[in-house]
Amino acid sequence: MKRLLKGGRVVDPANGIDGAYDVLIEDGKIARVERNLPVPGGDVQVVEVASGLVLCPGLIDMHVHLREPGQEHKETIATGTKSAVAGGFTAVACMPNTSPVNDSAATTELILKKAAEAGLARVYPIGAVSRGSNGEYLADIAELHAAGCAAISDDGRPVATALLMRRALEYASMFDMPVIDHCEDPSLKGDGVAHEGFHASVLGLRGLPGAAETIMVQRDVTLAGFTGGRVHIAHMSARGSLRAVRDGKAQGFNVTCEVAPHHFVLTDEALAAPIQFDTNCKMNPPLREQADVDAMLEGLADGSIDVIATDHAPHSADEKTVEFDRAPFGIVGLETCVPLVFDRLVHPGRITFARAIELLSVNPARILRRPGGSLAAGAVADITVLAPDASVTVVPGKLVSKSKNTPFGGWTLRGAAAATIVGGRTVFTNPDVAGASAFA
Amino acid sequence: MTKSSSSPMGSNAALDTRPEPPATRLKHRHLLGIADLTPEEIVLILDTAEAMQEIAHRPIKKVPTLRGRTVVNLFFEPSTRTRTSFEVAEKRLSADTLNVAIATSSVVKGETLVDTALNLEAMSPDMIVLRHSSSGACHLLSRVCRSKIINAGDGMHEHPTQALLDAFTIRRHKGRLSGIKVAILGDLLHSRVLRSNVLLLTKLGAEVWVCGPPTLVPPGIERLGVKVTHVVEDAVRDADVIMMLRIQLERMQGAFFPSLREYFNVFGMTEDRVSLARPDVIIMHPGPMNRGVEIASEVADGPYSVILEQVANGVAVRMAVLYLLAGGAENETAA
Amino acid sequence: MPIVMDADRMSRSLTRIAHEIVERNRGIGELALVGIRERGVPLARRIAVELNRISNTDVPTGALDITLYRDDLMRQAVGPQPLVRSTDIPFDIDNRVILLVDDVLYTGRTIRAALDALIDFGRPRAIQLVVLIDRGHRELPIKADYVGKNVPTSRRESIQVRLQEVDGHDEVVIQSDGE
Repeated sequence: MKRLLKGGRVVDPANGIDGAYDVLIEDGKIARVERNLPVPGGDVQVVEVASGLVLCPGLIDMHVHLREPGQEHKETIATGTKSAVAGGFTAVACMPNTSPVNDSAATTELILKKAAEAGLARVYPIGAVSRGSNGEYLADIAELHAAGCAAISDDGRPVATALLMRRALEYASMFDMPVIDHCEDPSLKGDGVAHEGFHASVLGLRGLPGAAETIMVQRDVTLAGFTGGRVHIAHMSARGSLRAVRDGKAQGFNVTCEVAPHHFVLTDEALAAPIQFDTNCKMNPPLREQADVDAMLEGLADGSIDVIATDHAPHSADEKTVEFDRAPFGIVGLETCVPLVFDRLVHPGRITFARAIELLSVNPARILRRPGGSLAAGAVADITVLAPDASVTVVPGKLVSKSKNTPFGGWTLRGAAAATIVGGRTVFTNPDVAGASAFA
Repeated sequence: MTKSSSSPMGSNAALDTRPEPPATRLKHRHLLGIADLTPEEIVLILDTAEAMQEIAHRPIKKVPTLRGRTVVNLFFEPSTRTRTSFEVAEKRLSADTLNVAIATSSVVKGETLVDTALNLEAMSPDMIVLRHSSSGACHLLSRVCRSKIINAGDGMHEHPTQALLDAFTIRRHKGRLSGIKVAILGDLLHSRVLRSNVLLLTKLGAEVWVCGPPTLVPPGIERLGVKVTHVVEDAVRDADVIMMLRIQLERMQGAFFPSLREYFNVFGMTEDRVSLARPDVIIMHPGPMNRGVEIASEVADGPYSVILEQVANGVAVRMAVLYLLAGGAENETAA
Repeated sequence: MPIVMDADRMSRSLTRIAHEIVERNRGIGELALVGIRERGVPLARRIAVELNRISNTDVPTGALDITLYRDDLMRQAVGPQPLVRSTDIPFDIDNRVILLVDDVLYTGRTIRAALDALIDFGRPRAIQLVVLIDRGHRELPIKADYVGKNVPTSRRESIQVRLQEVDGHDEVVIQSDGE
C-alpha cells in the first residue's frame, strides 16, 4: 500500500530539510520527499496533514527498561512498546537488567519475539557487558551481537572495574558496538539515595555526590581514548561529567553521552516541594542541583550532549509507596519526553527544532548503528508526527505504561506526539490532538 | 488572650520581636517536623507545656483531657527514653496507650510500613506516634493514614519533640531563646536532633554554632543560618548553651574519623573547654551519652549539666503536643 | 450596654460576701480560697483581703485552671484549642473548707469541672461556691453558696465581668447577641 502524506511541515536535519513537503511511502520505505507530489496510481491512502503538525524521522529512545523477562508486574514488552509509540517513539533500545539478565542469545531472542508479537515500536536489545552483569567475566558478546543486540551495558550498575571496561571496549569494537556505562563509583555511592547537597542534608537523606558519577565518566573517557573503542555515557547528570565528555571529544575520543529529561527539568528541590519525600522523585542518578541542570541545558544547546534518552524505569505503585530509603530508583519517561523537550527546550528557544530531532532521532540511530534518523529516499518509513503547539496535561492514571511512577503528574506542557508510523504503518494516533486521526 | 501569670519565665519575653499575634492552635493536623511550625506555634507549645509541667507535682498526676482517646506508639526503632516519655505523657492525659514495638531487619521482608499502619488504623486510634529509621516515614504515613501522626524521630530527618523539650529547657534557664548563643557539637551529619534543633533555634532568633569534623558536617547546612566551625573553642566561647550529640561508635567504619580517642581529643567536651563558655552556661544532651567520647564524665555530671532535667521536661512538652493536636482541626491536611 | 454592677457596688458585694463567709463558717483557720481562671483568681484575692480585714487572718489563696477538665473539649472540629494556663495551689487542700470562686455562674459546667479538678488535689472537708454573678440557666444541679448579685438573663445575652486587675476597671455589663 502506498501512503502520501501531503502538505505538512517536514523537519529532517540529516538531509537539511525544514519546510512544507509531501512524503510518499511505499512498501514500508520512504519513496520520495518533495514539494507538490502528484497522487500516484494504484492503492493509495492520501493523508492531508493538518496545519500545526510536523513530520520528522521516527524518534528513538535508546535507554528504556522494558522489564520483560522476569518483572512483568512493572511493564511488559507489549505495554512498554505501546507506551513508546504513545510517546511518539518508533524504536527503543532496552537495557539488559531483566530477570534473568540479558546476557545470552536466548533472552535476546525472547525480547525480539515479544516485540514482533506486539508489532508496535521496534526494539533493539542491549546485551550485558558481563555475565549476569556481575562484573567478573565478559558475557558472550559475539553471540549477543549475532542475536541482534545493538550495544552492551551493565546498566543498573557501573561496569565494575577499569580492567573489565577496557576489555569490553576492545572486544566490542570488533562489532562496532558501543559500551554504554552507568557511571557511578560504588564506594562513593555508599547507601546514598538523593543528590548530596543542601536538600538531602535538610531532609536527612544519605547523599549521592555528583563526583561519584564524574569519577567514572573520567575513567571511561580515558579508556575510550586508550583503546579506541566507543563509550556512551548513560543518563549523565553532573556538570563535572559533561566537562570530562567535552574534554574527551576535544581529543578525538569516541565518546557520546545522553541526558534524560528529568535531569534538565527538575532539581533536588523537588524532594522538598510540592510533596516532601516523594518517591516519584527518586531515581539514579538523582535529581541534582541547579548548577548541574544549567550545565545540561548548556550541553544540549552547544552540541556536546548527543542524545536525549528517557531511562524509562517503570515500578509498580506498591513498590513506590514505601519509605524513601526503600523505594526502588526510577521513573517512567516515554510519554512525557516529547512534551518536556518542546515545552522546556524548543519553545523557550534553548534549542532549535532540528537540534531536537538530532537529539531524539539522528544521533541515537547513528550511535546504535540502526536505521532511522533520516527521511531520505530508501530510508525505512519510521515517522513521528509531532504537534509542537498542542497542550498536554500529564495524568499519571492515564499513562499507557503499566506503571505510573512519574513526578510530572498535573503538569501542563506544550508539545505532543500526534501519530507514530513504523515501517509505513500507523501504530498510534493521539485522540487529543486535532488532525491526528487522519493518519489512522 | 492573656498569658499565665504564674509562668515563671514570663513567656511574654519571647514575644518581644514577633509581629504575629500569638497562636491559639496548631495549623497542621500532624506534627511531622519543626519545619512545618511557625515561631508562634512553637511558643504556643512551650507555653502549654508550662501548664502541663505543674501536673507532675500534684498528688494525682492525671487529668481527664484525653479520656477515651487511643494513642498508638508505633516504634520501629528501639527506644526506652522517648517511648516511655510519650507513654507517661499519654497516661497523664488519661489516654489509652497501645505500644507496638516492631523489630525490623533489613533482610527480613515483612509487612510494609503502610500495611502495618493501615492494619492498626482498623482499631481506630486517634493518634499514632511513630519512630522509624527512614527519613520521611512519617510523611508517607500522613498521606495514607487517617490518624494524626506525631513524629518521634524519622531516620536522620527530624525529632521535633526533642527540639521542643530542648527549647523548653533553655527557656526555663535563660528566659528566652532569641539572641542566645547555642553551640551544637557531635555527629551532626547523621543527627535528626541537630536538624530539628537548628530549625527551631533559628526560627526563634538564637545564634547557632555547629561544630564537628568536616566529614560529619551536613553539606550546605550553613544555608539554614548557622555558623559552621571545626574549632571547638570558637564554638563554645561565650556560649549560653552547649548541646552535645552522640557519636555513634559504628561511624568509624565509614571513615568519618579515625578513632574515638582522636575524636575526644579534638572535639570532646571537657571541663577546660566548658570554662570558655559563659559562667551560667548549661550543658545539654539528648541521650544516650557516650561518656569519654563526645562528653567527659565530669562535664556530664557537673554543675552545668541539665541533662536529667531535659528528660523530665520531655513529658510536659509531649503532653502539650498531644493536647494541642488532639483538639486540632479535623479537616486540615498535612503539607 | 446596661451596667448591672458598677465598681462601688462590686466592692460592697465582695465585702458582704466576706462577712457571710465568716458568719457561716465556724473556724476561719480551716478556710482556703481557690479562684477559677481567669477572673475568679483576682476575685478570690480580693475576698482574701476582706477576710484579713475582718478577722486578721491570712486565708491561703490558689488559682485553678479547669481547661483540661472541660466536658466540651475535642468536640468542636474547628476552632482554637482553649489555651491551658497553669494551676497553682500552694497548700494542702485535705480537710480544708475550700471556697471556690468564679465570676459568673451560668450552666454550672465550669464548676463541675472545677470540682473534678479539686478532688484530684486531695479531699477537702467541704467545698463552698462563691460567685459574683448568678445569671441562671443551670444545666447541672449546682448551687452557689454566696452570690454577689442575681441577674436573670436570656440565653441570647451574655454577662461581661471586667476587673481592675485584668481589664483595667471594675464593672459588669449585659451584652446582647449581635451587639
